[in-house]
Amino acid sequence: MVITSAIGRERTTFDSVTEVLAKANERKTGDELAGVAARSDAERVAAKDALSQLTLETLRENPVVPYEDDEVTRVIQDAVREPVYERIRDWTVGELREFLVDSTTTDEDISAIRPGLTSEMIAAVAKLMSDMDLVLVASKLTVTARCNNTIGEPGRLSFRLQPNDPGDDIENILDSTREGLAYGVGDAVIGVNPVTDNVATTTEILEATRGIIDEYEIPTQNCCLSHVTTQMDAIREGAPADLIFQSLAGTEAGNDEFGVDVAMLDEAYELGTRRCSSAGPNVMYFETGQGSELSGDAHHDVDQVTLEARCYGLAKRYDPFIVNTVVGFIGPEYLYDGKQVIRAGLEDVFMGKLHGISMGIDACYTNHIQADQNDIERLAMLLANAANYFITVPMGDDVMLNYQSNSYHDAASLWELHDLRPAAAFEEWLEEMGIMHEGRLTEKAGDPTLFAGG
Amino acid sequence: MTTTNPPDDHDDRLDRIADRNPSRLGVGRAGSRPRTQTLLEFRSDHGIARDAVQSHVSDALVEEMGLFAIQTLVEDKDAYLARPDKGREIAAETAELLREECQQSPQVQLIVADGLSSTAIEKNIPDLLPILLDGLDQRGLDVGTPIFVTYGRVDVMDAIGEELDAESCLVLIGERPGLATAESLSAYMVYGPERGTPTAKKTVISNIHAGGLPPVEAGAEIVDLIAEMCDKQASGLDLTAADREFAKG
Repeated sequence: MVITSAIGRERTTFDSVTEVLAKANERKTGDELAGVAARSDAERVAAKDALSQLTLETLRENPVVPYEDDEVTRVIQDAVREPVYERIRDWTVGELREFLVDSTTTDEDISAIRPGLTSEMIAAVAKLMSDMDLVLVASKLTVTARCNNTIGEPGRLSFRLQPNDPGDDIENILDSTREGLAYGVGDAVIGVNPVTDNVATTTEILEATRGIIDEYEIPTQNCCLSHVTTQMDAIREGAPADLIFQSLAGTEAGNDEFGVDVAMLDEAYELGTRRCSSAGPNVMYFETGQGSELSGDAHHDVDQVTLEARCYGLAKRYDPFIVNTVVGFIGPEYLYDGKQVIRAGLEDVFMGKLHGISMGIDACYTNHIQADQNDIERLAMLLANAANYFITVPMGDDVMLNYQSNSYHDAASLWELHDLRPAAAFEEWLEEMGIMHEGRLTEKAGDPTLFAGG
Repeated sequence: MTTTNPPDDHDDRLDRIADRNPSRLGVGRAGSRPRTQTLLEFRSDHGIARDAVQSHVSDALVEEMGLFAIQTLVEDKDAYLARPDKGREIAAETAELLREECQQSPQVQLIVADGLSSTAIEKNIPDLLPILLDGLDQRGLDVGTPIFVTYGRVDVMDAIGEELDAESCLVLIGERPGLATAESLSAYMVYGPERGTPTAKKTVISNIHAGGLPPVEAGAEIVDLIAEMCDKQASGLDLTAADREFAKG
């Protein structure tokens, strides 16, 4: 299929929808490493122009990985509600952008077309949008989900408390949890990444976090982020997990690299709905991130924004409680610097919410990427009204995963800056504990010894 | 529900939490923001980590250690970070230079590469390299011309080993710095190096630095491993499999 653009000085031609999608991306090192990026800024804009004129039907008919070859494509295509799709199939991507940004278009209007969208359509429109477009639309979308509490309500911003320890030391994990709770974070989830991926450690972490939740009657949920099969084994043996976690990729081959497939995720979801210790109904937690498919050589010459959107298309199948992109973790060969990380963060949260999933972000960076704490504080300020939640670690320093994210401190700053509150039930609990009063931290806040222990 | 400890106990407990925990706990706050000193310590640790990535190994060290210096296809630090593929490969002229100037077909080809921390090289190589050269010599292993590679990734040892027809390769490379230390070094080893050798066929010892596995101890472990690799003619998972065979037999 030959696709052309007449914008700029000369006529530009492209050979396929996949090529147009890739070249229409804002600049990312990962697309350059994959050899799919635009060769110049002029070509990049020509690709955006060509993409703006494609219809949603063209995108539906040309999935980036063929239907026969890839189960993620099949999940996305089979989930489309045909009568809704019929109503919008003739829209161009440019028209979709103008519909989304229009101030008379409401959250309900967008919800009404959502079942007709595929992940490729959502990725396509993200590529046409400026940073402000992305924040504007993501901020007007409300996506709520419920586990032990409700996340995503208007005026509320939640946080994952991430008390990781390099030795899986339970007392250290609990002290970090106590400190985070004292700063008012933890309403999205108290979620621990274990060093050792086995049933014993997973069970121990789940029991410890469940212990403090029960002792102080905290309206939140726990999770241990080991491999999904490890969690399933632990749950079958009676471990108290409120959520089941797994990292996702946007292709079947990418998920194979993670050691999962749709059948396995279906089984985890089914187990979760029956055996998770939470109220539900939303019991799944997923993490994603641009570039993971290329790092596993599972990208099929597709750009990283489109593949990221497909992760959300897959996640949606499982009505997740929370999904977050781990945006700056992957390294400079995929997202080079603070500018690329910020752009990717805005794209991911927009695309996740347009899919209708409860979307958060781990605004983060490693030490070999050209970014620092200011970049991710900036990203958090941009997304405070758009994301359902952020990740927080003590003073921004995760000593287990060796990277930096937002600090426990940042939660109260974001609430203060944007006039936001924690999830309703959690806020009430913080008031009862004397940690928060009328949306602000009290004198007592920030002190881990508020909670008994070690 | 709340347990508030008496004031004296409170301070003791807070100290205990901060002291025993590797995370930055008990740091307090100024309003919703970190205290000034806490913030500056965090930024200082990140600055040290960044400097380790961005700085270069000094020519003086390369000369002092008697290393033959080459560069990968990478032209500068920016390209090094963005293009791992280029950091694994050397130019045809560089390969020719190696064949002219370095010993062919050594049993062990020793390589030092800057990787993601030149600080790790500067801090560990002066102690580690003499131990390795002595130790390998005592085992009767023929070590070729030690090489220093600027802008090198781990797999550059496959290209160098293939060009020099080495029986085995060892690369000492700076690890991605954490905030706790920027001095950590890794040693990757491969038997029968050739381009495209999968990671699973490589043996690794990591966390080599004064506060982790000290260079002197690491040196002894590396010598043992290389001797075993040459003896069993295997590395990585193949070596551990050979070990199991040996244990069974």
